[in-house]
Amino acid sequence: MKIVLNGEVREVQAETLSDLLDECGYSGRVATAVNEDFVPSSLRIALKLVDGDRVEVVAPMQGG
Amino acid sequence: MKRFYGTELPNPLMLGTAQYPSPAILEQAFCESGAGVATVSLRRESGAGQTFWKMIQELGVLILPNTAGCHTVKEAVTTAQMAREVFDTKWIKLELIGHTDSLQPDVFQLVEAARVLTDEGFQVFPYTTDDLIVGERLLAAGCEVLMPWGAPIGSGRGLNNAYALRAMRAEFPDVPLVIDAGIGLPSHAAQAMELGYDAVLLNTAVARAGDPVLMAKAMMQAIQAGQLAHQADPIEARDMAEASTPVIGKAFLS
Repeated sequence: MKIVLNGEVREVQAETLSDLLDECGYSGRVATAVNEDFVPSSLRIALKLVDGDRVEVVAPMQGG
Repeated sequence: MKRFYGTELPNPLMLGTAQYPSPAILEQAFCESGAGVATVSLRRESGAGQTFWKMIQELGVLILPNTAGCHTVKEAVTTAQMAREVFDTKWIKLELIGHTDSLQPDVFQLVEAARVLTDEGFQVFPYTTDDLIVGERLLAAGCEVLMPWGAPIGSGRGLNNAYALRAMRAEFPDVPLVIDAGIGLPSHAAQAMELGYDAVLLNTAVARAGDPVLMAKAMMQAIQAGQLAHQADPIEARDMAEASTPVIGKAFLS
């Protein structure tokens, strides 16, 4: 299915958010949101993705 | 020193982590200044996030994540929720930008977001203007800290409206107040502390200085000087001179 990951359209095999992170090589400290709603890490396994979902994966960054 | 949501800061300097020439210089600026709080943000993961996280942890400072760049309540709340998980802290520097050129906070959305986040258990540090009524509303929404701007973010103009900031200090004597944004020089930071502010949050003035490490030290020294000066109860300015050397006993020589 096609999803939008951090603003880019991607064709992926993953069915859940947690699989998506594995498939796309994310590890370490990240936070996730799907369709503009926060998804806590504990709920990623249960979160089924559907075609067209917008997924954001963010990590610590410099800030003021 | 006042406590920030029950936490005592090691000192009144909150230092940003953006715009340094290199990670090594950022690290050195923290080490040599002794700043006790670091502001950080969240951005799309591109690979650099994990290295940065490791470095920040090693600094051993308190971490204050921000919602920089957010323009809506929804966006700010989601960002705060993500920040709480990633940085493992209830603290959030709530920024809700209302104006592109001045980065002036949208205070109406700010109050709304502060209420939502407080209800969700966050400890909100709102980046606000020097408006007293907005300050009152933020406190009513559950904020226990206020962070009025000195001048627009990154402008280095210092305290644009010292009168309003003094009024704010007088209006909220028991609330921890932080000057956030607009500081360009150590003298600006000292002035904030002389007014009785509890801390100063700055980033650009240090990170973009020719020598960020030296400037970070200068800021810390100025902040400490300003803090001592406030405690020392300064004299009032006056229009006319008043001789400091005693007049009585002066030799008659003409």
